[in-house]
Amino acid sequence: MVRIVARRLPVGAFVMWGAVTLIFLIVRWAPGDPATLLIGSDASPAEIAGLRESLGLNEPLWSQYLHYLGQVLTGDFGNSYRLDQPAMAVVLGRLPATLELTVAATVIAVLAGLTLGTIAGGRADRVADRLVSAITLGFQSFPTFWVGIMLILLLALTFQALPSAGSGTAAHLVMPAVTLALPFVAIVARLTRSSVAESMRELYVQTARSKGLTEPQVLVGHVLRNSLIPVVTVVALQFGALLGGAVVVENVFAWPGLGSLVVNAVANRDYAVVQAATLLIAGVIVVLNLVADLAYSALDPRIRLAGRP
Amino acid sequence: MNRPRRILAALPYLVLGGYGLVAVLGPVLIGYNPRATDVVSRLLPPGSATGAGEVAWLGTDALGRDVLAQIVYGARTSVLIGVATVLASAVIGLTLGVIAGYAGGWVDAVLTRCFDVLLAFPGILLAIVIAGVFERSPVVVVAALSVTAWIPFARVARGSALATRERGWVDAARVMGVGHVATLRRHILPFTAGPVVALATLEFGLVVLAEAGLSFLGIGLPPSTVSWGQIIAGGKDYLQIAWWISTLPGIALTLLVISVGLFSDQLTRRTKQSH
Repeated sequence: MVRIVARRLPVGAFVMWGAVTLIFLIVRWAPGDPATLLIGSDASPAEIAGLRESLGLNEPLWSQYLHYLGQVLTGDFGNSYRLDQPAMAVVLGRLPATLELTVAATVIAVLAGLTLGTIAGGRADRVADRLVSAITLGFQSFPTFWVGIMLILLLALTFQALPSAGSGTAAHLVMPAVTLALPFVAIVARLTRSSVAESMRELYVQTARSKGLTEPQVLVGHVLRNSLIPVVTVVALQFGALLGGAVVVENVFAWPGLGSLVVNAVANRDYAVVQAATLLIAGVIVVLNLVADLAYSALDPRIRLAGRP
Repeated sequence: MNRPRRILAALPYLVLGGYGLVAVLGPVLIGYNPRATDVVSRLLPPGSATGAGEVAWLGTDALGRDVLAQIVYGARTSVLIGVATVLASAVIGLTLGVIAGYAGGWVDAVLTRCFDVLLAFPGILLAIVIAGVFERSPVVVVAALSVTAWIPFARVARGSALATRERGWVDAARVMGVGHVATLRRHILPFTAGPVVALATLEFGLVVLAEAGLSFLGIGLPPSTVSWGQIIAGGKDYLQIAWWISTLPGIALTLLVISVGLFSDQLTRRTKQSH
């Protein structure tokens, strides 16, 4: 366990450094003068020049970069010029809503994906397998934002069963979470299907059957348990893609999370917020990749014990 | 294969061919301008006659623009952006991947680290940031989508190069004094073709979805370009009175991506069989 952390930690630190550098370069290459943005376009040229000087924008790029790295290392991500607050505070304020949405979507994706995948992989029944394949192909091909709008049209406007936008109650969470979950239901179902189908051929399944367990008992107690390992890993690895999907879904449902913040910040050229939000998401993903590695070795003794004398 | 199944297997080709035809010929066949606004004919349901005396088979939007015409022009946008992005990503990914796999050592290490850094961001987030901060244009959209789309190509190419560089014919080429570039091009690159074609179709579907997502958010393509994402976003405010504006382009988009998915599944199966 410690060995894995010790091996992966430098890689994680390197990746974060690369992420900081990449975002710094994108924002610096972007057209538009940060000083003009901050002070407003009706300021006099002298005022803009003064601000450029005090922001250090006249210094060479590498010096600005080192300065920025130093700030990031001390936890200073600059101020949001629109909200006049520290950018990281703004971003962290939006994080709980996004986590609520993504965790709910993860739960839906895992439950539905495991069910569909076990049905498809566990039976010799070709029809069920075909049906699940068709469902997963559909789930992966739907544009999420369009699914969201169709759900609003159907459940909020036609049947008036759920609120169409906003957050606060459990009813508000249903549609965004389901919309976000669909492609990941497909991913978990496909993985579970192949994993279950593989486990079905193992000897312990024959043993379980021959000692008189019913087929559902064999499936849940023996096959599914052993098929869970790749699922746990893929859930951790896919969480980043889920955060990306949330950016789009939050905008459909006016969900007050990181995603709607990022899109607004990009549109308003509020670069401090863009940088803070993207780096926070990158940080979450780097940590989760480490967690996936650890979970994999914790759950599967074959991996945990590999390489030991 | 029995007959119904053969028809089913041919379906994605038919649908994809249809989209290709519509993207190329549609704007010629459909006379009207998708951008021309006609306030008299706004929010007409599918099948009604417009003020200009034509039939709006799929209705009109809030500015009186014909939805069918917009879907046809949108198909062109989606297909063009998709093809351009996949081509750009494939060229970049193949080149870097083959070089890294062939050279090994620090070149390979640098490339692998690049993957790690780029994969720390969800692809769509990086695309939103890049397409959002630069001027809106199709070129910027292609670049923004390619930033992460080249990685799978590079991985596949790197793997193939690693597997083939120790093979006899590569050694033979080296012994005969064939240069590195020629060896790569003639003796290693051809072995990446199968998996790369399957990957390209898969990526095409993802890129089309991502482009629609960007346009839906109002990022990327300039407002003068007709794109499915923009039509769907435009219809969102009129869902209650005009369901067709958002619904129909979404169906067109879904159908395209599903067909690409089926096509890519078939290709993947075929490349696996041939190995």
